Amino acid sequence: MTPLAGYLLVAALVFAIGLAGALTRRNAILVLIGIELMLNAANLNLIAFWRFGPHPEALTGVMFAVFSIAVAAAEAAVGLGLVISIYRHVRTADLDKMNRMKG
Amino acid sequence: MTIVFWILAALTVAGALAAVTLRNTVHCALAVTTAFAGLALLFLQLDAQFAGFAQILVYIGAVAILVVFAILLTRGSETSEHGVFSPTWLAGLCIAAAVFALLGWAVLRSVNAIPQQVMAPAITVKDVGNALMTRYVLPLEIVALLLTAAMVGAVIVAMHEKGDVK
Amino acid sequence: MINALDQIFVLLKHWIVGFMPEALQPFVGIVLSVVAIVVVFPGLFALTTVLERKGLGRMQNRIGPNRTGPYGILQPVADGIKSLTKEDIVPVSADAVVHFLAPLVLVVVVFMGFSVLPMGRNMQLVDMDAGLLFFFAIGASTELSIFMAGWSSRNKYSLLGAMRAVAQMVSYEVPLLMSSVVVVMITGSLSLVKIVEAQNQYTWGLPHWYIFTPWGCAAFLMFAVAATAETNRSPFDLPEGESELVAGYFTEYSGFKFALFFLGEYLGMFSMSGLGTTLFLGGWSAPLAALNFVPSWIWFFSKVMLSICVLIWLRGTLPRLRQDQLMNFAWKFVLPMTLLNLLVAALWRFMGEGWLRWVVCSAILLGVYVVAGRTGMKRKHYGPRSYRYAE
Repeated sequence: MTPLAGYLLVAALVFAIGLAGALTRRNAILVLIGIELMLNAANLNLIAFWRFGPHPEALTGVMFAVFSIAVAAAEAAVGLGLVISIYRHVRTADLDKMNRMKG
Repeated sequence: MTIVFWILAALTVAGALAAVTLRNTVHCALAVTTAFAGLALLFLQLDAQFAGFAQILVYIGAVAILVVFAILLTRGSETSEHGVFSPTWLAGLCIAAAVFALLGWAVLRSVNAIPQQVMAPAITVKDVGNALMTRYVLPLEIVALLLTAAMVGAVIVAMHEKGDVK
Repeated sequence: MINALDQIFVLLKHWIVGFMPEALQPFVGIVLSVVAIVVVFPGLFALTTVLERKGLGRMQNRIGPNRTGPYGILQPVADGIKSLTKEDIVPVSADAVVHFLAPLVLVVVVFMGFSVLPMGRNMQLVDMDAGLLFFFAIGASTELSIFMAGWSSRNKYSLLGAMRAVAQMVSYEVPLLMSSVVVVMITGSLSLVKIVEAQNQYTWGLPHWYIFTPWGCAAFLMFAVAATAETNRSPFDLPEGESELVAGYFTEYSGFKFALFFLGEYLGMFSMSGLGTTLFLGGWSAPLAALNFVPSWIWFFSKVMLSICVLIWLRGTLPRLRQDQLMNFAWKFVLPMTLLNLLVAALWRFMGEGWLRWVVCSAILLGVYVVAGRTGMKRKHYGPRSYRYAE
């Protein structure tokens, strides 16, 4: 197993764990944590391909990962703001209770 | 495949697993911070210094704190009465396992066909800065606009409205 | 001879490393440097505790500790023995693992920050290409340990103190970074070693320290304010204000863990002072070209101790800021000033040499300071005071 395969497998594992977390947990914030894990795994993938691929001096992988980090931070901020706003309305952060549009 | 890689990979995967399985939400947030730290160290091992430090600064220094504050503000640290996993947890787990199987199979099948270089690229932060200002200046400006919009949006979404029950 | 005295620690390290087998040499070199840092800075911490208590005492018109040793010099020894032998009380409902880990994380993270500071010529632990970015990334991680301490104690006062501390540190992190970015912009590198070397030049005997330029002076003042807030020192010490929150986020810690928090806080102060010295006060370079015979590490530590003395002075003199005043100040005044400072520094660079750039840059900074101070920080106008009596 080459080094690149090692990094890609770790990224795939973290992605799958994040996906499992996002699909199975009840608390809205833990779903967001799962999403952050998925984004991080994708960043690891990008950096691994940048390092072991052709033309690393073009910095494509690093740039992509840095912009992905910035966008993920923005999305986490807005998502958490939404969760807090919903909590104020229905007094719970439990996703299984938020299955109605009325309210 | 050095020993450092295995240790860091184990740390990251353990942090991620803990983050999705623990009962207490704040413990989950701290575990995901460990996963972020492990990933940052993996970036540093891949000679992406700027990305590694940016990961620590942004994810551990800002996103983790955001998550923790959100947990505190939504009383997530109190134990829930219905259990932590939703009733459809088995389906979610199967889907995640299927995704991992697919990705793992794709990686192991195709990785030997890609030519891989092992020489470390000699990248300095100056090169990153140069690239940001010449080739990637448009994405940089768009991300700046996006971050401003996100900041204003988050403040407006989470702001107390008039007449709202505090 | 002069050069040997300047490089004495580097030569000592090379001499000891020379005894080791070839394969272990880099490892032993790093271990030696780490041991040096771990010995020197806690020693400095011990000295600072005495200095602070005596200094604060004198400012408050009393003598500080003077029982243990002549002039109270052995007070840190007494404090150390006390902390180590006190009973370690952990509340029953506290989260044991997180409660235990919080001081560890703080101390480890703060020690890591010392690894990029150049303490003398060739005397930094690592010369990282992105050294300043590493330092700030590490500084951002200390907030998490404070939150861990406050939350795990299951104590409302601790939690309140921790949330206030984190909000304050997050607010002041942005001005801290922005005021350092000006230095990076003018130097052209994130490496702290290169920043010091850029300031190591002299014209007519006066050094090129960044504090002696208009934008550098403004940036230094804002850096000082932000660093004081980052390390939770007075006048920004509401999170640990003794009269308000018992002891804030470390209320439930006793004995050695409290000593670790104390150590972590003071070491944070040292590393911020060290960074301020490196960025603005010229690091290890001498004030006048004629004084270059004094070893560089003496200059660095003198400047750091001077900054510490100023911090102690501030603690003894200024009243504490309220939380909302603090946050207002950060977001509405300091942050716009740092952004403007970036523009002024760019203007400085492109105006070329001469007296005109001094006048223009100073005028812009002073003008905006006065205007922003008047408008941005306007106090709410309170009406005449009214009293409500208990009827």
